Amino acid sequence: MQLQSVEARYGPVKALHGISLDVAAGELVAVLGANGAGKTTTLRAVSGTVRRTGDVVFDGRKLPRRPDAAARAGIAHVPEGRGTFSELSVWENLRLGAYTRRGSIKDDAQRVFKYFPRLDERKGQQAGTLSGGEQQMLALGRAMMARPKLVLLDEPSLGLAPMLVKEIFERLERMRADEGVAVLVVEQNANLALAHAARAYVLEVGNVVVSGASEELRANESVRRSYLGY
Amino acid sequence: MYIAAFTWTEFAQQITAGVRQGAVFAGLALALVIIYRSTRAINFAQGEMATFTTFVCWSLMNHGLSFWAAFPIVLVIAFVGGVTIERTIIRPVENGPVITIVIVTLGLALLLNGLMSVIWGGGNRPFNGPFSTRTIDVGGVPISVQDIGIVAVSFVLVGLLALFFRFTKLGLGLRAAALNRDSSELVGVRVGWMLAFGWGLAAVLGAVAGMMVAPILFLDPNMMQTILLYAFAAAVLGGLDSPVGAVVGGLLLGVAITLLGRYVGFIGDTLKLPTALLLILLVLLVKPNGLFGRVAVRRV
Repeated sequence: MQLQSVEARYGPVKALHGISLDVAAGELVAVLGANGAGKTTTLRAVSGTVRRTGDVVFDGRKLPRRPDAAARAGIAHVPEGRGTFSELSVWENLRLGAYTRRGSIKDDAQRVFKYFPRLDERKGQQAGTLSGGEQQMLALGRAMMARPKLVLLDEPSLGLAPMLVKEIFERLERMRADEGVAVLVVEQNANLALAHAARAYVLEVGNVVVSGASEELRANESVRRSYLGY
Repeated sequence: MYIAAFTWTEFAQQITAGVRQGAVFAGLALALVIIYRSTRAINFAQGEMATFTTFVCWSLMNHGLSFWAAFPIVLVIAFVGGVTIERTIIRPVENGPVITIVIVTLGLALLLNGLMSVIWGGGNRPFNGPFSTRTIDVGGVPISVQDIGIVAVSFVLVGLLALFFRFTKLGLGLRAAALNRDSSELVGVRVGWMLAFGWGLAAVLGAVAGMMVAPILFLDPNMMQTILLYAFAAAVLGGLDSPVGAVVGGLLLGVAITLLGRYVGFIGDTLKLPTALLLILLVLLVKPNGLFGRVAVRRV
């Protein structure tokens, strides 16, 4: 997946000033940056939920700018706040994950339950009654139901206890390795993101300022001072 | 105030009549709820849409079709009409303030009402329904075949809809689009089409309600106006965002006003509507979201 000098705006306000980045198949890439740097907008530009110019190339083809087009092409976007349907049951949320697909979803559900046995136990429960960690698991599970080639993850650690965050990232890593799915993750917690991602992009006010392999970034003086806090 | 002479047989008949009325309220209330859930607006044109499709049925029957031959054709026309109305008239204001949508539906009601007068002329005309008005004996109580038929048709329709929403992917997509637009788009639901589909379903529900009451009320362009008021009341009583509430609210309201109209002398026929609204008011004092209104359960 490639972004080619993508710009995005909310009404008159430009949020991205021409961003180029790429994610290879099966790769975990992080997007770092302060609040308002354009991290969330980057993900939204990919899934077509914000007005954008410039091309998003996925699997060698340009993506039309329609949200369902991204979903149909194999991109699963887990938005800020996780985007679970709180009034629907856990099972219905998972069914919705596979909305663009035909055929049986039983096998996919079994795979999701393998990673998140808790979801199996809570299948019939209203999603809104799950704890924050469970909801994040549901959001990931729902994304997996689409058999995506790329998962866009927005702040998976938000509002979760550190132990849970660690658990979520470990399962994410396992899912990536087992299923060969690429992940583009936006994260406030740069230490955490760099520990799991192969590469990362650092955004500042709508531009990519630094990018490279995670180790390089960790060694980078200014990144360390601004985002890693040591 | 006086209490009319009471017999159990008559009481059973009144209950049946109430359920029959309630079934019609329920159908129309359900149509209102389906649209309310997806657009957050009350569709004031629901009654006129229903009457319009009933006129279409009348025309088809005038051209020699039997009621049951015309029935499926009318449903298809209603569905396509509902979808078309959403795509053409509602869509441009879909993201505007709710009041704008409401005003547009009011305009649509006037438009359809005028169209009906132009095409079919004013004044009311008899409508030959599918069910005979003779009575049959049910456990010692004479009940009209028409009442049974209307209730049966309404219940089958509501049942089919419930199965559709619960067990089909399209039904799930419709519910998702109504609950959370953004997330629905992200999982690939075509939200715009779901809204249009909802209007189509609402139009079908209205068409059935119209064709069921036309034999009783006679057909004229204003036929559904009072019924629509009752349907509003039923939907609010049940909880505007609850389909189950619409059905229960419709039935309760139908039975309640029939019984009150019969057994509380001063209410009679003239005060039924105010009584219905008073009932709603009392319920809402205790349960502001209606009987089945959504009380969000959420843990953060």
